[in-house]
Amino acid sequence: MSEYLAVLVFLGVGIGMVLFTFFLARLIRPAHPYKAKNQSYESAEKPIGDAWVQFNNRFYIFALMFVVFDVEAVFLFPWAVAFGQLGLYALIEMVIFIAVLLFGLLYAWKKGVLKWV
Amino acid sequence: MTATEFAIISSIKVVVVVLAVLTGCAYATWLERKLVGHFQHRIGPNLAGPFGLLQPIADAIKLIFKEDIVPDNAERVTYALAPILMFIPAMLNFAVVPFGDTVTLFGHKIDMVVSDLNIGILFVFAVTSLGVYGIVLAGWSSGSKYSLLGGIRSSAQMISYEVAYGLSIMGVLVIAQTFSLNELVAQQASVWHWFIFRQPVGFVIYVICAIAETNRSPFDLPEAESELVAGYHTEYSSMRFAMFYIGEYANMISVSCVATTLFLGGWQGPFLPPVVWFVIKVIFFMSVYIWIRATLPRLRYDQLMYLGWKVLFPLALLNVMVTSLIVLL
Repeated sequence: MSEYLAVLVFLGVGIGMVLFTFFLARLIRPAHPYKAKNQSYESAEKPIGDAWVQFNNRFYIFALMFVVFDVEAVFLFPWAVAFGQLGLYALIEMVIFIAVLLFGLLYAWKKGVLKWV
Repeated sequence: MTATEFAIISSIKVVVVVLAVLTGCAYATWLERKLVGHFQHRIGPNLAGPFGLLQPIADAIKLIFKEDIVPDNAERVTYALAPILMFIPAMLNFAVVPFGDTVTLFGHKIDMVVSDLNIGILFVFAVTSLGVYGIVLAGWSSGSKYSLLGGIRSSAQMISYEVAYGLSIMGVLVIAQTFSLNELVAQQASVWHWFIFRQPVGFVIYVICAIAETNRSPFDLPEAESELVAGYHTEYSSMRFAMFYIGEYANMISVSCVATTLFLGGWQGPFLPPVVWFVIKVIFFMSVYIWIRATLPRLRYDQLMYLGWKVLFPLALLNVMVTSLIVLL
């Protein structure tokens, strides 16, 4: 447990450092806000409309694919470390598991999901 | 070791490591500007101090004196939180990296690592993944179109390469049969046991994915300045901008540290003290990073996605398969 405590101390020091720098900067920096300065940047034009615009829904599909394959990686990590003791049986099982997911990737590929237009 | 001793030694180690990393980040910017300068037949920074060595300090002083501008249509809470969420995970990686061998100081045995977790490498990958939150929240909360597009692009890129990034080290884990970073270093005692020679494909995939994960050139599309201004941190100024900047360099250094530990034998080396060897290897890796930046043009977005999903990901899977088969035989 003590090892995790050290990580926690590290986290504490990190956060403390950020807050201290922000505090220090607040003490010495100038602050003269006015309306034109606080506009969002849009290449020196007045911003048109809202910033939360629609974007390509392909990003959403990539997020879904990420979830599928990252979970695969999560299963692979413990398998990789225990592999030496488990032997051939574990290898065959993992090959089947990966093959199923690879088939999914091929399907997505053929469907044209991976193509960025 | 008593509890008090442990607390004192840990605290000292934490403070030393944090300060060293911050200094490292500052001088990584100097190294980059100097090297890129020479690559382009310029001199680079040379006015502040000898060889421009005081340039990072001048930059820090300038940034801390700058006004902090918060756009009117920003989401204030997430806007303030994002730089911290970028900075903290970048720093946290260094909690588990072994910098050197155990040394005896004032009668105490001290490991040159803040925390020798037995799941060190899992910790590194978990924490690295958290970095994407800072970026996506910064892009979304700024209330600017450039920021939003930069943030979304960046997160899509990071999650796409994360899959291959995780798989690229799986070959090393299959051979080494451990998650502990100290153990991994111990297994690379002689040069021929370095994992770069036993896992060359894994190493190449790791390097490419690491560059993409840290949003560096030639994968720096999220902040492609010719189309998206500065990407997700367009609206940030002053110390908040500095946090993103330090976070980016801290990420680069931590990726270099992990590459050194996993593939280049960690702190092992002849004649010189282990810490020196570690620093030399990290600086070498950082120089390669900068060299790549100075050499290669930026990829197009579809090429980027193509490379990640259709080349690196299947290649990494194949590498795991072949490695485990060889280990079994």
